[in-house]
Amino acid sequence: MSLELILSIVFGGICAVTALLVITRINPVISALFLVVNFASLAGLYLILNAQFIAIAQIIVYAGAIMVFFLFVIMLLNPESEKKFFSHKPYIKIFTVVIVAIVFVQIIYMIFLAQPSEELIKESAKSVNAGTIEQIGRELFTNYVLPFEAAGYLLLAATIGALVIAKKKFE
Amino acid sequence: MQIPIEYYLILSAFMFSVGVVGVLTRRNAIVVFMCVELMLNSANLTLITYSSYLGDTVGQLFVFFVMAVAAAEAAVGLAIIIAIFRNKLTINIDEINILKW
Amino acid sequence: MFENTQQFLDMLPIIIIGAGILISTTIEMYSEKSEAVLPWFSVFIFSAAAFYSLVYADKQSIILQNMLSTGGITNIFYFIFNIGAAIVCLLSLDYTKKYGMNYGEYYILIQASVLGMMFMAGAKDLFMIFLGLEIMSVSFYVLAGVNRKKEKAIEGALKYFLLGAFATGFLVYGIALIYGSAQSTSIEVITAGFTSLTGNILFVAGVLLFLIGFSFKIAAFPFHMWVPDVYQGSPTTVSGLFSTAGKAAAFSAIIATLAALFNSSPDNIFSPYLSVLALFSMLFGSIVAIAQSNIKRMLAYSSISHAGYMLIGLAAGSFDGTAGVIFYLTVYTFMNLAAFGIVALIEGENETNLELDSYSGLGNRNPVLAALLSICMFSLAGIPPMAGFFGKYYVFIAAIKSDLIWLAIVGIFSSVISVYFYLRVVVLMYFKDSEFEKVPAKSFSGFLGVTISILLIIALGIFPGSLLDLITSYL
Repeated sequence: MSLELILSIVFGGICAVTALLVITRINPVISALFLVVNFASLAGLYLILNAQFIAIAQIIVYAGAIMVFFLFVIMLLNPESEKKFFSHKPYIKIFTVVIVAIVFVQIIYMIFLAQPSEELIKESAKSVNAGTIEQIGRELFTNYVLPFEAAGYLLLAATIGALVIAKKKFE
Repeated sequence: MQIPIEYYLILSAFMFSVGVVGVLTRRNAIVVFMCVELMLNSANLTLITYSSYLGDTVGQLFVFFVMAVAAAEAAVGLAIIIAIFRNKLTINIDEINILKW
Repeated sequence: MFENTQQFLDMLPIIIIGAGILISTTIEMYSEKSEAVLPWFSVFIFSAAAFYSLVYADKQSIILQNMLSTGGITNIFYFIFNIGAAIVCLLSLDYTKKYGMNYGEYYILIQASVLGMMFMAGAKDLFMIFLGLEIMSVSFYVLAGVNRKKEKAIEGALKYFLLGAFATGFLVYGIALIYGSAQSTSIEVITAGFTSLTGNILFVAGVLLFLIGFSFKIAAFPFHMWVPDVYQGSPTTVSGLFSTAGKAAAFSAIIATLAALFNSSPDNIFSPYLSVLALFSMLFGSIVAIAQSNIKRMLAYSSISHAGYMLIGLAAGSFDGTAGVIFYLTVYTFMNLAAFGIVALIEGENETNLELDSYSGLGNRNPVLAALLSICMFSLAGIPPMAGFFGKYYVFIAAIKSDLIWLAIVGIFSSVISVYFYLRVVVLMYFKDSEFEKVPAKSFSGFLGVTISILLIIALGIFPGSLLDLITSYL
C-alpha cells in the first residue's frame, strides 16, 4: 500500500461521508461546517491528483471565502432547524432517493462499461507539469484570455446585481 | 500501485447524486444552495481527475472558472435570499408559496 | 490579444456592448440623471451592434485562439439578441416608472445579459458557452427580482435562481464528462470526432446532461416549472426578454455545440430524447394555457409550447431543421416581444389589468393597440399569411423530411389547440363590451417598440424566403 493510495482512500471517505452529513443534518450551520470539511478534503484529493494550484484555490476561495459568506448569511438570518429528514413527507423523499440511486447505479455501470482506465494511465511527469501555477498562468493569459475577460464581466454583473437586490434603500 | 481513474469518477458521481437528493428534499433555501455547491464540486473533481490523467491543463482552468461562477452565484443568490427574508421573515421554500411551486 | 485590425473589426459587436457596460457603469456612478440617459444609451448601443452584425454578416472567421466565431449564423443571432434588447429598453422606459424602479442598474444588467448571450452564440469552446450562460443567468436572476418591494417578484427570483443553479450543476457535470471523453473542450475537436465519440458511453451521458442543463433554460416540458411563476412575478418587459432573447441564446448554444448533430448526420442518436421533449412541451404548454386567466401566465405556457415546436427542428437533425429553428426564433422573438410589450402598455399600476377580462372591449377603447395585439395573436397562433405560420411550416417540413411525421402531426394538432386561447383574446377585444372605462396609459417609447416589432413581423410574413435564404447560405 503506497501512501498515495492510503491518502486517497482517507480523503475520499471523508468526502463521501461529509457529503451525506451535509444533506441529513437538520441544523443549517452544522451542514455548512460539514461542507467546509468536504471542500477541504477535496483539496486533499486535488493535491494527490497533482493539481496544486487548484487545491490551494479550493481552500482559499471555496472553503475560505464562499463558505464563510454562507455561514455569515446563515447566522444573520438565523433560520430555524428543519424537521428530521424522513419525518416530513417521507414518501416523496424516499421516492426521490430511490430514483437518484437508480441513476447513480446507471452512471457506475456506464463508467465500468466505458473503461476509461484502459486508455488513460497517469504519467506522473506530465501530470505534475499540468498543474503548476506557471502552466496555468501561461494558458490563462494566452489561449484562454477571452474566458478570463468574460469572467471579469461575470463578476461585475454579479456585484451590480447583488447591490440592486440587497441594498436597503434606493434613492 | 496506480489508482484507477474509476475510483475518482465513482466518488464524484456519488457526491453528485447526494447533491441532487439534497436539492430535491431539503426545504431551507440556503441548504438547497449548499447542495448545489456540492454538485458543482463533484463536477470539479471529475474535471481535475481527467485533467490529471490526461496530463492536460484545460480541465484545471475550467475548475478555476467554475469557482469564479460559484462565487458570483453565491453573491447574487444570497442577496436574493436576504431580500426574501426581509419580505417574508422565512427562507423555508414550503412557506414561500404565493406563487405555486 | 488581437493579431490584426481585422480581428478587432470582426469582434466589434461584442466590443460595443462590452464597452457600453463599462461606460454605463461610469455614467451611473457619476451622473445624477442616469435614469434618463441610460435607456437611450442602451437603445443606441444595441441598435449599433445589431446593425453592424447584420451588415458584416458575410465575413466569417474564427478568432482569439479558436474561442469565438464571427460572421454568418453567429451574427444573425447577435442581430436577434440586440434588436430584442433594444425593443425591451424602449418598452421599459415608461414601464419602470409605473413601479418606481427606474434605476440605471436595470439597463446595465440588460446589457450584461446580452453580452452573455453573444458569448454563447459565438462560442467555439465550452468555456465560452459556460461563462456566457452564467453571465446571462446571473443578470436574469437579478432582473427577475429587480422590483424587490413586490413579494411575487422576489419569490420568482428565488425560484428562478435555485432551479437555474441546479441546472448549472447538471451542465458542469455534463461538460466534465464531455471533456474527459473528447479530451478537449474545443467545439471544433468535438465536432470533428463526433461520430466516433458517440461510441463512448460516457460522452453520450455527458451530452445528455448538457442537454438537460439547457432544457431548463429553454423551458422544455419536465424542466419548465419555474416558467409561469417567474414570468408572472417579473416585470412584464423583463419577462419579454427572458422568453425571447434568453431562449434564443440557449438554442444558439445548443446549435453551436452540437453542430455535428444537426448537420445531417444519418444517425442522430439524441433525436429520441429531443422528440420526446418536443412532444410533451407542445402538448403540455398548449393544453395548460387554455386554463389560464392571467395573460402573463398564458403567454408563459404558450412559450413552453413554442419551445416544443423549436425542438422539433432540432430533433429533425438536418440543415433544414436547423435553418427552420433559427427562422422560428427570429419570428418568435418579434411576435412575443410585441405581445409582452402590449401587455406592459395596458398593465396599470400594482398589477392591474393583467386578467384576460380586462381586455374585453379594447377594440372600442383603444383600436390601435387592439389591432396590433390581434396581429401578434394571429402570428403566434400560426395563421397563414403571418410570419408565425412560416416558422412552424419550415420546422414541420424538416421533421417530415427526416421521417418524423408523427411529431409533425402532433405539432399541427397542438397548433390547432393553441388557436383557441390566442383567438380568445381577439374575440374578447372585439366582441365583448367592456365593464371598465380605463384607457391605458400613453407611452410613446413603448408604442414605438411595439410598432417596430409588428413591422418586422409583417415584413417577415411577406418575405419569409429572404431571411431563410440568408440563414441557409451561412449554415
